[in-house]
Amino acid sequence: MSERIILDYGSGGKASQRLIREMFVKHFGNPSLNRLDDAALITGLEGPLSMSTDTFTVDPVFFPGGDIGSLAVHGTVNDVAMIGAIPKYISCAFILEEGLEMDDLNRIVSSMARAARDAGVLIVTGDTKVVPRGAVDKIFINTTGIGPVIADPSPSGSRAVPGDLILVSGSIGDHGLAVLSHRQGISFETDILSDSQALNHLIIKLIREVGDIHVLRDPTRGGLATTLNEIAQQSGVEFLIEQEKIPIREEVEGGCSFLGLDPLYLANEGKFICILPEKSAEKALELMRKDPAGQGASRIGYVREGRKGKVVLRTALGGHRLLDMLEGEQLPRIC
Amino acid sequence: MNLLNKFKDPKLCLNILDQIKSELNEEFRFMEVCGTHTVAIFHSGIRTLLPEQMVHLSGPGCPVCVTHDREIAAYIALSEKKLIIATFGDLIKVPGPGGRNLKMVQAEGARIKVVYSAVDALKIAMENPDHKVVFLGVGFETTAPTVAAVIRMAKEQGVKNFSVLSLHKLVPPALKALAADRNIRVHGLLLPGHVSTIIGIKPYLFLAQDYKMPSVISGFEPLDILQSILIMVRQKNTGQAEVVNNYKRAVRDNGNARAMEVMYDVFEPSDALWRGLGLIPGSGLAIRNEYKDFDASVVHDQELPQVNEIPGCKCGEVLKGLISPDKCPLFDTRCTPARPVGPCMVSTEGSCAAYHKYRL
Repeated sequence: MSERIILDYGSGGKASQRLIREMFVKHFGNPSLNRLDDAALITGLEGPLSMSTDTFTVDPVFFPGGDIGSLAVHGTVNDVAMIGAIPKYISCAFILEEGLEMDDLNRIVSSMARAARDAGVLIVTGDTKVVPRGAVDKIFINTTGIGPVIADPSPSGSRAVPGDLILVSGSIGDHGLAVLSHRQGISFETDILSDSQALNHLIIKLIREVGDIHVLRDPTRGGLATTLNEIAQQSGVEFLIEQEKIPIREEVEGGCSFLGLDPLYLANEGKFICILPEKSAEKALELMRKDPAGQGASRIGYVREGRKGKVVLRTALGGHRLLDMLEGEQLPRIC
Repeated sequence: MNLLNKFKDPKLCLNILDQIKSELNEEFRFMEVCGTHTVAIFHSGIRTLLPEQMVHLSGPGCPVCVTHDREIAAYIALSEKKLIIATFGDLIKVPGPGGRNLKMVQAEGARIKVVYSAVDALKIAMENPDHKVVFLGVGFETTAPTVAAVIRMAKEQGVKNFSVLSLHKLVPPALKALAADRNIRVHGLLLPGHVSTIIGIKPYLFLAQDYKMPSVISGFEPLDILQSILIMVRQKNTGQAEVVNNYKRAVRDNGNARAMEVMYDVFEPSDALWRGLGLIPGSGLAIRNEYKDFDASVVHDQELPQVNEIPGCKCGEVLKGLISPDKCPLFDTRCTPARPVGPCMVSTEGSCAAYHKYRL
């Protein structure tokens, strides 16, 4: 039988030390972390900084296309990048459930290390707690990221103005459906993979080559529809979105219609919304489509005066309806 | 293009829409009696494309919405009896008397499990032999056969700790009550596709024979719905009311005999309470005596408590198409999807929720 996490590993004593050295330092190792001081010493960060934190509780922890480890890195890296910043360092705190299999933890930690390497960030500090069985579901991870902002002015949800165009970087709903279809109690098979990926490299390229981008935001929980509503409200404008232009995989559409879900409300973990002046839109789309993280990019609508804070959808038939925010939870814990 | 996409094809749809526009010569009020139709009509944008003279009404087609206050009070009372309640997620937030719902009683300590099917509820019972599990049977003819099959399975396997509170409802008796009500002005009925896959066409024939009501069984894609509307308009224009099966790719005229067999093996028609419509004879499904060991109302001695109506809530009038949801004084003021007062605002297929969510 494989080794399991016991309460001793969170005690701060020898068992904790062993876990830190043999698991975390082994996978994440970098000069700052290897010092094993109480805090990470960070040098060389100057100017305006972007900082963001997120906690990951996804169920199941391993899903097609990713796991809670890679997700915890991608989620925070992407959030830091969304105001036009280069994520540099992240922290990670684990809450482990007593009884978690060591092999599973190892798999998650090595996946985090790989994701951090690919995204170009260092995991410089962390914490581990172990709680009695049932107090958490297997493993929860918090990550916090930081990095210098290079965009000036930096993108913000409050900067969408009438005349701007609205782009999305690729297909919508993949993560939500991939996770949901592998949840216990739902026997539903699809080949859909989560889109969990780091977006920072593409974001930086856009900031450097396109110029002023008004809004960048990743439509995670609540999906595309909810995120568009948030931005429309923050900016006090109306969005007109064309249903036909929203990229959705056929398998996602089919799975959603079978399960009674709307892909526009499903979480994404590797896509972003980009709102920018019309004159820069073509160039942005071209750059996005050339990048593996933005191949399916599409122009989905535009910003207009209209009713402040509303998102209107032009349906495939040419009718119109409100595209509202998600009310409460469509599904529990998908990120 | 696959077959299903053809039923969404904008060109074909707009063609039918043009025909509706050219053939419609006076006000036409049509009612759908299926929550999935309610949502489809809003969701596809059809509502904003129909001519002004075409009035869309949502009838009592959402099983959550028609669940009566007394029924809600009954299952809330059951949930306080140290049982495990297994339910479809739709019911969790439905407010009963005093605004109480399953979410609240769960917070107070009741054990509520959301399941995706009655089979899952039976599994919970088999995995927890020391606990009594009650499944809340809510739904129309579409859902009732599977619940019946699960009760039969429980009996065959000798499960002792599983029962069902049957609040199921039958669609044709409710349509009869609507058609007979002189206050309700409806010129045509869009009949529910899912329910019809089970019961077929025969149970609706009285609508044309006795009430001269154009009635069309319809699918859920935009083309299905528009075609069905066109058929209704043509019937009205010629004065020839008929019941038409316009969903032949899913609905057989005779329905699904196996599903009906299991449904009526376990259940028998009974009188039932509907929100807004009141008591409708023969519109419910009670568990037969042979299966009484699986009837939660018998096993746990649970009657329908007397309750006061929710003050101000006009769900009843909305369900009969007498008023549109925005004419209810509580709509979008005291009653919103986040804090619903009436069930029509809770269910995603409720007409008030659809109005709130989709209407411009």
